[in-house]
Amino acid sequence: MIACDPQAEALGVRPGMGLTAAWAFAPQLCVWPYKRAAERAALEGVAAWMCRFTPRVSLEPPQGVLAEIEGSLRLFRGTAALLERVRSGADQMGFTATLAVAPTARSAWWFASAGREALILDHAGLETALAALPVAVACDGSDVPGLLRKIGVTTIGELRGLPRDGLARRFGQALLDRLAQALGNAPEPRDFFVPPPRFAAQLELPGEVAHAEGVLFAARRLLVQLEGLLAARQAGVRRFLLVLLHRGARPSVLEVGLASPGRETERFVQLLRERLAAHALVEPVEAIRVEARDFVPLHGRTADLFSGTQSESESWARLVERLGARLGGGAVHGLGLRSEHRPERAWRPLAPGERPPPAGAGTAARPLWLVEPPRKLRERSGVPHDDGPLELLAGPERIESGWWDGGEVARDYFIARAPSAALLWVYRERGTAGAWYLHGVFA
Amino acid sequence: MKTSLADIFAQHSVWRGGALVPGPGPTVPTGFAALDRELPGAGWPCGALTEILGQREGVGELQLVLPALATLSMSGRRVVWLAPPHLPYAPALAAAGVNLEHLSVVRAPGRRDGLWAAEQVLRGGGCHALLAWFHDIRYAELRRLAVAAEAGQGAFVALFRPAQAAREASPACLRIAFEPAPEGLAIRILKRRGALLAKPLGIKIERPIHAVAGNPFSTSCARGPVARPCPA
Repeated sequence: MIACDPQAEALGVRPGMGLTAAWAFAPQLCVWPYKRAAERAALEGVAAWMCRFTPRVSLEPPQGVLAEIEGSLRLFRGTAALLERVRSGADQMGFTATLAVAPTARSAWWFASAGREALILDHAGLETALAALPVAVACDGSDVPGLLRKIGVTTIGELRGLPRDGLARRFGQALLDRLAQALGNAPEPRDFFVPPPRFAAQLELPGEVAHAEGVLFAARRLLVQLEGLLAARQAGVRRFLLVLLHRGARPSVLEVGLASPGRETERFVQLLRERLAAHALVEPVEAIRVEARDFVPLHGRTADLFSGTQSESESWARLVERLGARLGGGAVHGLGLRSEHRPERAWRPLAPGERPPPAGAGTAARPLWLVEPPRKLRERSGVPHDDGPLELLAGPERIESGWWDGGEVARDYFIARAPSAALLWVYRERGTAGAWYLHGVFA
Repeated sequence: MKTSLADIFAQHSVWRGGALVPGPGPTVPTGFAALDRELPGAGWPCGALTEILGQREGVGELQLVLPALATLSMSGRRVVWLAPPHLPYAPALAAAGVNLEHLSVVRAPGRRDGLWAAEQVLRGGGCHALLAWFHDIRYAELRRLAVAAEAGQGAFVALFRPAQAAREASPACLRIAFEPAPEGLAIRILKRRGALLAKPLGIKIERPIHAVAGNPFSTSCARGPVARPCPA
């Protein structure tokens, strides 16, 4: 038994018990297996997120993260403000944090692992505060605390009162070294955590979720981690994946694209909301995974002197992103010209943000609406009909092109007037039994 | 305290029949002097809905808004076409003087998607003209768009709707209906800020066949198995 909730605790279940004993106390107990790898991944996620505050973050498995914050205090406006951000971030990621600040890494970790929130900024205060800690935190899970308790030593202060040589002989030099490191009398070299260049985090949902809002709520926790990792690497992403894992069905993968690289959680969540709205959840979701790779460098925003037009193009980019998330990737496009005789190829869709290449305007009359694909018209005694006979007013303009690329056309274009006074752009395929088609409307 | 009548009129707190009341927002010149004369503020209203109602397509209805679009896009303002019935054809737009760089097409197949997208575009900012095609839209939805247009940053919003919509009430601040006419279009202003306009307005619209050929000719020249070039 690793951990239990307050209800189980009320029934007498305690962490550290065997499963049989726990079931004896609470027969209705729901048990989930402990996954070491998942815990490690979660810890790394938190560490990556912490990298936004300081580059010196170190793991203390299974559940500790150490960060050197002294250098960051000015940037984040003091210890209290920094701690507040750490706590709210941990909360958003769905973790409960015990935060302890101390002059040495080891002593901070001891306070936190003893479950005591501490804010100690000088060495003098550290010594007195450490003295009250239970001796177990100094022993790294060995059986030393039991032995110490037998000789009447329960706190660090009492431990420090014992003669050093005897202590070293009985309990090993390591204990003394750790004590010295905690007090700052000995250096403690640590390995710093390096945030990985890609992101993949999985979250098991507490129960099966069948509605998009629930998925979004859970995904936000992972997206907060993603933002932290990206901030630590000074990077942004253009796209990320949300994988929905179902029981007994293939996982569904939702891809969310961004118009410009970004890393803000709120932006991710907003896009994901639109994307989920367009996606019907066919199966209940058991777990979700967020994946992102291909980080691109993205520096923190600096205030722009001429920010007027900048913010306008930016808000347009965000809008395109939202529209694309709900309506699909190609729903928003620009129009570009191509030097080409075939009318359907004389334009091309442009991806948002793509600048159209300059092209010389043709002189021939072209309709404002292009009917795509061309609509076949009925023909009666050689005259094309569309709600009545069409009267050809101008033409033909012969367009014969494209034999080299498989899109060969041979057409005679006319401007025709419908009985309703509409002007239409029609063509007849060249050949013996050429059919009439409507290809444009002069609107 | 004495207040002169002129002061009261200057505050626009009294509406006088026959006078055109400029709307609160700026306007975009339509490019047609005859139409500008009859519109409050001498142009298309910005930050409010404009409805353009007509039954037939292909009679020059897009030409009505094209000069305004050309002006806006040439000065770097973004123009969005939402759910157009056909593909806006880039070569013709470029020839009409529209800067394609600032033009975007949004395809929204469903009715609800279209309304959602319209509201997003109006509220999202970064767009100065929205052309949208709605076949069937209810009063409450129009009202919602009108509020979004007002809350946005003053975009020119033209909704193209079928002619039957003229019978329904609408929160749009300008409604015009068009009919084909020999010289171009006959415009009826159904609603504007100001007095009603009784007689239709003739607007001269440039049609392609003035540009291409002179007089109409019979269909006979295209009747053969292979079309013969016709004397222009």
